[in-house]
Amino acid sequence: MPAMSAPVAFSSPSAAFFAGAKTALTSVFMLVLAGTYIGIGALTHDFGLSSWWLAISTVLVWAAPAQVILITTVTTGAALFEIALAVTLSAIRLFPMVVALMPVLRGPTTRLRDLLLPTHFTAVSMWVESLRLLPNLEHQWRIPFCNGLSAGYMATATVFGFVGFYLAAGLPPLLAGALLFLTPMSFLMSTARNARMMVDKLALVLGLLIGPLLTVLAVDLDLMWTGLVGGTLAYLVHRIREAAT
Amino acid sequence: MNTLLTELWPYFLMVLVGYLPNEVWRAFGLVLARGLNEDSEIVVWSRAVATAILAGVIAKLVLFPTGALAAISLPLRVTASLIGFVAFLAVRRSVSAGVLAAEAALLIGAYLSVH
Repeated sequence: MPAMSAPVAFSSPSAAFFAGAKTALTSVFMLVLAGTYIGIGALTHDFGLSSWWLAISTVLVWAAPAQVILITTVTTGAALFEIALAVTLSAIRLFPMVVALMPVLRGPTTRLRDLLLPTHFTAVSMWVESLRLLPNLEHQWRIPFCNGLSAGYMATATVFGFVGFYLAAGLPPLLAGALLFLTPMSFLMSTARNARMMVDKLALVLGLLIGPLLTVLAVDLDLMWTGLVGGTLAYLVHRIREAAT
Repeated sequence: MNTLLTELWPYFLMVLVGYLPNEVWRAFGLVLARGLNEDSEIVVWSRAVATAILAGVIAKLVLFPTGALAAISLPLRVTASLIGFVAFLAVRRSVSAGVLAAEAALLIGAYLSVH
């Protein structure tokens, strides 16, 4: 949708919802989500979980990083406390995203319950597109449009999760290996793309180095320590640089 | 444990250690969505921690994979990742270009090493 000077209006909330869904299905994130969830579907198959388990986790968790952590730890006998901790640390980024999105969605007559669905739908893809598109819309259409956009993304992810799962089950090993390679590659590129500030880039590099190091050293709670050590180091460097200028 | 419980167990775990610890941050965001801006110090730090965790997951998936990806050699997996990242930087930070280049490098390399 092009940026327009006059706010865009719709005939009804459902028209706004379907316009949002249509936007989702024609956006660039649709390809990235399809690739990511084909990879996650293959991963789910690889770890012996069911395709329906993945579909329900896509709807309930709706965060690819948390889902990957869950899939790769839940069947390996890791401590439940450790899994929950890694998931919750990976999900912290959702907090500032919701905080930034709510003022855009909230109009003069918005009730709290109208914001529950957009809150659950908040994820990188929908967040980037919502912040870009919603300001062009009249306030009353923003929530239905946002819900349609998010539902479009979620449906895409769910469908391609099944696709990846059954492809991994039927493909020769080399191609199945390539499918499993989709998850780390799409995460690497989209994380690098989102890292605009120096502190984010540094955290990415430190995490790539510290994560495997702790795995080799067989440190307990390795993901948690990777995040706390790598993230805090990056943040400290950022503070020192700020203080120096 | 009976069969029904065994079958429902992964779903119970999904809610307990997946859905709840993930969703809590969205709920906090909704409740506390005022006063905080994207540049506040706590937001910058939490984003750095989240990024480092994600990077750790990425590195582990490439370096210590399971299943079919483990059959492809480590030097090839790392080289393909690097080629993908260079393509990502070269094509205006395009996620699709980076992923496609990495996948192409992995498949071509694996094909050549077999034949």
